Amino acid sequence: MNPSLSLAGGPPSALNRIQRLSLFLGFAGLFILLLATFGIGFPKPGLWLALALFLILGGVLGYSLGAYSGHPAGIRNNGVWFKSLSARGIWAWGLGILLTGFYVVLYFYPQYLGLVQDGPNRGLIALFDPLSRALSGNPASQWFVYGALYTLAILAFGAKFIWKYRHNRYQLLRTLSVMFFQLAFAFLIPEIMARLNGDLPYYDLKNIWPLNYYNFERYRVNAFIGEGNLGLAMLLFGVASTLVITPVLTYFYGKRWYCSWVCGCGGLAETAGDPFRHLSDKSTFAWRVERWVIYSVLVFVVLMTTAVVYSYLGPDHSRYWLSRGELLVGVGVLLTLVFAWVMLFRRKELQKDARYGAIAYFTIILALIGFHYLSDTQHVFLFRSETLRKTYSLLIGSIFSGVIGTGFYPIFGSRVWCRFGCPMAAILGLQQRLLSRFRITTNGGQCISCGNCSAYCEMGIDVRAYAQKGRNIVRASCVGCGICSAVCPRGVLRLENGPLQNRINHRDMLLGAEVDLMDFVGEEK
Amino acid sequence: MHVLIIGNGISGVTAARHIRKNSDCRITLISAETDAFFSRTALMYIYMGHLTFQQTQPYPESFWSRNRMDRIRGYVTAIHPETRSVALADGREIGYDKLILATGSKPNKFGWPGQDLDGVQGLYSYQDLERLEAFAPNATACRRAVVVGGGLIGIELAEMLRSRDIPVTFLVRESSFWNGVLPAGESEMINTHIREHHIDLRLGTNLKEILPDANGRVRAVVTEQGETIPCNLVGLTAGVSPNIDFLRGSGINLGKGVLVNRYLETNLPDIYAVGDCAQQREPIGRRRPVEAVWYTGRMMGETVARTVCGQRTAYTPGHWFNSAKFLDIEYQTYGWVFPEHTREAHEAHFHWRHPKKHICLTLAYDRGSGTLLGVNTFGMRMRHAVLDQWLTEQRTAEYALTHLREALFDPEGYSDYRKHIQTAFRQQTLTAS
Repeated sequence: MNPSLSLAGGPPSALNRIQRLSLFLGFAGLFILLLATFGIGFPKPGLWLALALFLILGGVLGYSLGAYSGHPAGIRNNGVWFKSLSARGIWAWGLGILLTGFYVVLYFYPQYLGLVQDGPNRGLIALFDPLSRALSGNPASQWFVYGALYTLAILAFGAKFIWKYRHNRYQLLRTLSVMFFQLAFAFLIPEIMARLNGDLPYYDLKNIWPLNYYNFERYRVNAFIGEGNLGLAMLLFGVASTLVITPVLTYFYGKRWYCSWVCGCGGLAETAGDPFRHLSDKSTFAWRVERWVIYSVLVFVVLMTTAVVYSYLGPDHSRYWLSRGELLVGVGVLLTLVFAWVMLFRRKELQKDARYGAIAYFTIILALIGFHYLSDTQHVFLFRSETLRKTYSLLIGSIFSGVIGTGFYPIFGSRVWCRFGCPMAAILGLQQRLLSRFRITTNGGQCISCGNCSAYCEMGIDVRAYAQKGRNIVRASCVGCGICSAVCPRGVLRLENGPLQNRINHRDMLLGAEVDLMDFVGEEK
Repeated sequence: MHVLIIGNGISGVTAARHIRKNSDCRITLISAETDAFFSRTALMYIYMGHLTFQQTQPYPESFWSRNRMDRIRGYVTAIHPETRSVALADGREIGYDKLILATGSKPNKFGWPGQDLDGVQGLYSYQDLERLEAFAPNATACRRAVVVGGGLIGIELAEMLRSRDIPVTFLVRESSFWNGVLPAGESEMINTHIREHHIDLRLGTNLKEILPDANGRVRAVVTEQGETIPCNLVGLTAGVSPNIDFLRGSGINLGKGVLVNRYLETNLPDIYAVGDCAQQREPIGRRRPVEAVWYTGRMMGETVARTVCGQRTAYTPGHWFNSAKFLDIEYQTYGWVFPEHTREAHEAHFHWRHPKKHICLTLAYDRGSGTLLGVNTFGMRMRHAVLDQWLTEQRTAEYALTHLREALFDPEGYSDYRKHIQTAFRQQTLTAS
């Protein structure tokens, strides 16, 4: 694909002086981290770490200054399709391979980052020891290094994003929110809690099951229960997050309250991933794949979690408050209730294939539970629960969400994981589609079909297809980032919470001529 | 039945879509411009690098075969109503049972010396975009561009060129930007904004001639004030007119455009005209006889589809609405708001402007009854359905301002200026009475 039509040389792509200086600073910071990774020891690691992090932060901020200052506030997507980095050019592939490599090392070979079992850390991880000790009192791990860099990315690129969209108050508030939740909830609070109460499991309170698929594993549940009231409260909060808090908030605000205001994955996608949002695939084929994959992951995580919890619960109440039989019955009843409600009240809204999917999956789950009652082995369902857990952790937790989800930002766009893989997004999406006040309202007949909304939708929704028909957008995958509304040159789209009635409307009247014409069209259908 | 549509812009394609909805007849679209339908209003975003050409196409490639719409790439040189056929430049003859003319516009050229030089162009077609890419790819190849004509396309072209750091001189005949349409306060605000974007805005300046270099390329323009401005590109954006030259001698009645009645029928049976190229014999309300607007093209396409399918339907557009974006300032209009020199005596205005930001609102209302006539907003989004309803129900301006909240369509979290606007309105009405 040649995005430029140019015959006599391309559009300007050169960086200005401030941007070049900033890039130098940022890369200098990264270079310090790289040196540490390759085993160069620094005399005062704390000082060098601070220097590296501030250089990176300064580099990003300076780059933003060079890019956006000197222009009036407004949508500035100039040259997005001309730049190698944002148009799948050689730089994009280079960055993609680099990020992917980083994730592979992080998940599978942390020893190369300097992780030492039963001894002092070396390399990059040792460089982060001073910061880790200052927060939690413990030496750093590869996860601490990752968390710190992740937080830095959200803060630095969050600032860049705010600068870019400084005319848009919704974007400002939303970005401040993801920056806050990452810094406080994902990074600082768990570390500080580890210092205050070392026996509590590391708990990012906004990381909710099933995104946090390991939340109810045995070691965590035991630790929660063993820590008295505080631990118990945290365990109950974890259950309530999934069963009560999430559905209530999603009913009022749509899944955006989580996916683009709170969640860490969403936070990175919205900030560091913003330059790549237009790369998401908008084809109907991608949409079909999306629905199959994401709901399969959801079924997988439900089965896996049930199996894992089942495996450590006893046959009676002597070990835990819940017995294994009760667990299975509970899961079955809950799913059946949800299923029955959907079939009774939302049948007409579901497209045919979604209905078939629902029927198939619920049948499988119920059949597997039934199978267990009929069998007499140590296995849960058809598999050993530990095998299930390990498979999920490897395939979904590491490879999908990390290596592919983030590593391929410059190629597939910033929301691959959120769109195709995240089981939390799947649950929230089903609810957003079926029971929520949220929708994107289309403004009568003002759409000019330009395609900016579709192009800049990170979730690959063909927003224009709805807008040019004057229809509201009610889609399970919409994370409510609000960029479609921001880039629309004619003020056609608005994210809104409103009554369920007429949420999915057909306001053909304003598209065509007078009302009587549209009555005719109405009859046609 | 074979319906032949000349032109695959918004009017022609909308007609085709609705004919397919309502009937099973054979549909053929002819275009000399492109194979696929694209959003003409999005051409600017391709040059600016916001969108690829493919992304400006509202329907995927599979759409055409799925809906059984044949597409022919070719230039129609003449139509022969007596044999019910059209002739293409490549010699082909194509028959039809019903013919819809949706040929759009072409940029105006007013006989300026040098107007056909290389590097002198309008901005309307895909080919214009290709020319622009050839003559103004960057600031090295194009050291300055001059844009002639202060309308919607002129300001878009200026914005496009600025996105590639090309210095732009913007010649506007009027004393203030687009003040043939916008009231003074609004026009004034856009002048300021144009200059903020480092566009060299020359108000009250006319083009006299365009000078060539040795190779027949543009070298400079000369204004009527006698100033010579060296440049490598001249954008002629002084409006558009119907693209109908190939119809001369066909027997179809022509004015400025193809003359049609309320049913979009020409004087010849089974030949219709829609969109930019159509001219109403009797203007509708205060609308112009030729409406070269995306939205009206869409409405006409939908209307003619009914007629073609046997349900003869008059073109009765509802309340006027339109929108545009002037660099960073969005503009919406509903109903009629006229500038000072074309305003009738009974039309009173209330104008509010934010003290610092580029946000303003103008309400036109009847001086006697207070009935709302129209609304212009800049930097503030309005809800189409609500304003349409108010205009239909003939609500007063006061009602509109009291219920302004229902009409606001800005994203969540935006500042709400209702109180300021309402206070300003009360003060104005107090002073007036």
